[in-house]
Amino acid sequence: MAKVPVQFTLNGSEKAEFIDSGTTLLNALRDKIGDTSPKGGCHQGTCGACSVIIDGELRLSCLMLAETCNGATITTTSGLAVGGVLHPLQRAFLDTFATQCGFCTPGMIMAAKVLLDHTPNPSREDVVEALSGNICRCTGYEPIIRAVLAAARANPQNAA
Amino acid sequence: MELRKSYFADVRKDDLHEIGQPRPRSDSPGHVTGRTAYFADRNFPGMLHLKMVRSPHHHARIRSIDTSEAEKHPGVIKVLTAKDVPHNVYTILILIQVGPEDETVLADGKVRWKGEAVVAVLAETERAAQEAAAKVKVDYEVLPAVFDMEEALKPGAPIVNEYHGQNYYLYDSGACRKVRFGDVEAGFAQADHVLEQSYQSSPIEHAPTETTGCVVAPEGNDRFTCHTNTQAMFFTLDNTSIILQMPGSKLHFVGGTVGGGFGGKVDVIVEPIAILGAKLTGRPVCFIYSREEEMQISSPRAAEKVVIKDGVMKDGRIVARKVTGYTDAGAYSRHSPYGAQKGAGHYPGPYTVPNVWIDTYCVYTNRTPSSAMRGFGVTIGDFALEVQMDKLARLIGMDPLEFRFINAYRDGDMKAHRQPTEGAALIECMQEAARVANWPVAEKYMAMSSYKNGA
Repeated sequence: MAKVPVQFTLNGSEKAEFIDSGTTLLNALRDKIGDTSPKGGCHQGTCGACSVIIDGELRLSCLMLAETCNGATITTTSGLAVGGVLHPLQRAFLDTFATQCGFCTPGMIMAAKVLLDHTPNPSREDVVEALSGNICRCTGYEPIIRAVLAAARANPQNAA
Repeated sequence: MELRKSYFADVRKDDLHEIGQPRPRSDSPGHVTGRTAYFADRNFPGMLHLKMVRSPHHHARIRSIDTSEAEKHPGVIKVLTAKDVPHNVYTILILIQVGPEDETVLADGKVRWKGEAVVAVLAETERAAQEAAAKVKVDYEVLPAVFDMEEALKPGAPIVNEYHGQNYYLYDSGACRKVRFGDVEAGFAQADHVLEQSYQSSPIEHAPTETTGCVVAPEGNDRFTCHTNTQAMFFTLDNTSIILQMPGSKLHFVGGTVGGGFGGKVDVIVEPIAILGAKLTGRPVCFIYSREEEMQISSPRAAEKVVIKDGVMKDGRIVARKVTGYTDAGAYSRHSPYGAQKGAGHYPGPYTVPNVWIDTYCVYTNRTPSSAMRGFGVTIGDFALEVQMDKLARLIGMDPLEFRFINAYRDGDMKAHRQPTEGAALIECMQEAARVANWPVAEKYMAMSSYKNGA
């Protein structure tokens, strides 16, 4: 099978790989580059576990061909903590018990990050809408919604 | 959290250091940073992908299997059939002497449910494995199938599983698990009302976000390391040892992190065949269910039918309860004989009834084999019992909660299984529930106690 080159920025680092044409971004990230934080739950775009951020937009990496991501800037959950300091969303998920098995968590955090990047002070309805493409089978959604709202409240810009 | 210290004041210590205190979960930092390692996060160079050829029929004899085209498909390394599996017929609970062995790792001569594994294909890529699997030719003679438990129990029904010889699990107690306590017919004769109702449930899929699977790596020392999301590590290790006729010391199982289980990952299905593939090819192997396989192939909670006949007095006392429970095991036992037995142990519910008769059957049909799920063997029974309790209360014109206070078991009450009740606390739970739900309950019930002779 023909190999094609792909090159993109992942969590601030330049990445370049030769991949089989038709490889999904999810498989390229996990199997080629070794970032296993995006998860494969359905491989058909319905569970949200593979969510990543591409050029600021939330994307399902199981439905993206890696070769269409040339030149893109990609963020995954493994790249959120800077210098060992957790991102406010990670901190909030941790503090408010918003994880159980953890398999949906990276995708949830990606979806929540895109929300807060665009809407720093979201309503509960905004959070529900933003997470509506991500399936959690364990905790129920309430702790996750509370975590996202807590992360928004922790943002100093939202004080008072 | 509020601790009601008035309850059981004579036995409680209240030197609690952990209960009521939030404590960080040890696994959560890994979850929020994406560092938690699930089985599928292990990747080994040269790893092969395993895909199954599955039965398109509910019940069929296999006349022949032709794997020649599949073997020639580019990227295919190995094709496995029943003859490659050292001990192909197994049953999970044989470890605790619950036999007979009744299930094949790869179908041998017959398939008993739609989706049953027939041939395993190992290839360089997932795509090659899938394409080659489609080239395996299996010649089937379709047989009559049975999908309904009561139909399966009728004389002349197609026999689903020859290892049992009849369409129910034969317990040492006979065709069903039995509980006999008092005289249930005398209880019905004495009752003011008799109510018989039947309750049914469909199979329920656990639908974990992470599908069932494993990744196997052959080690240099003739051992095999299996990264798996099983919820039953030692069942899996020991059954794999039996199926592959390999000492357990050759098998290194790594688990612990499960991306959602809910009881759906307790069967031993993917690991033995993946390890066999690794052994016969000398290569790492991954066998990961697709979402479709997770929904269609993995064991669901069993379909159940529960028939409850109760005799009740106008004053609210249940004087007789007869329960007949049917658990649909599907084509193979897996954990269902235990589940059906657990149902027998669970009825007549947390109530003191002087006359009880319970029969629970584990029935074989040509449906997807069922197995454990949260509240294994009791959840559907509880649904049936509690709906029945509401109906009985309505029948005699009594508040449903007060009706439960009258029948709730107390410490010291003899249960139908001849175990005295201990530490019941049901009355106290209902009292708290009534308070929290603001459900009006007469003062005499709020003054009751679970203690022996407690009003």
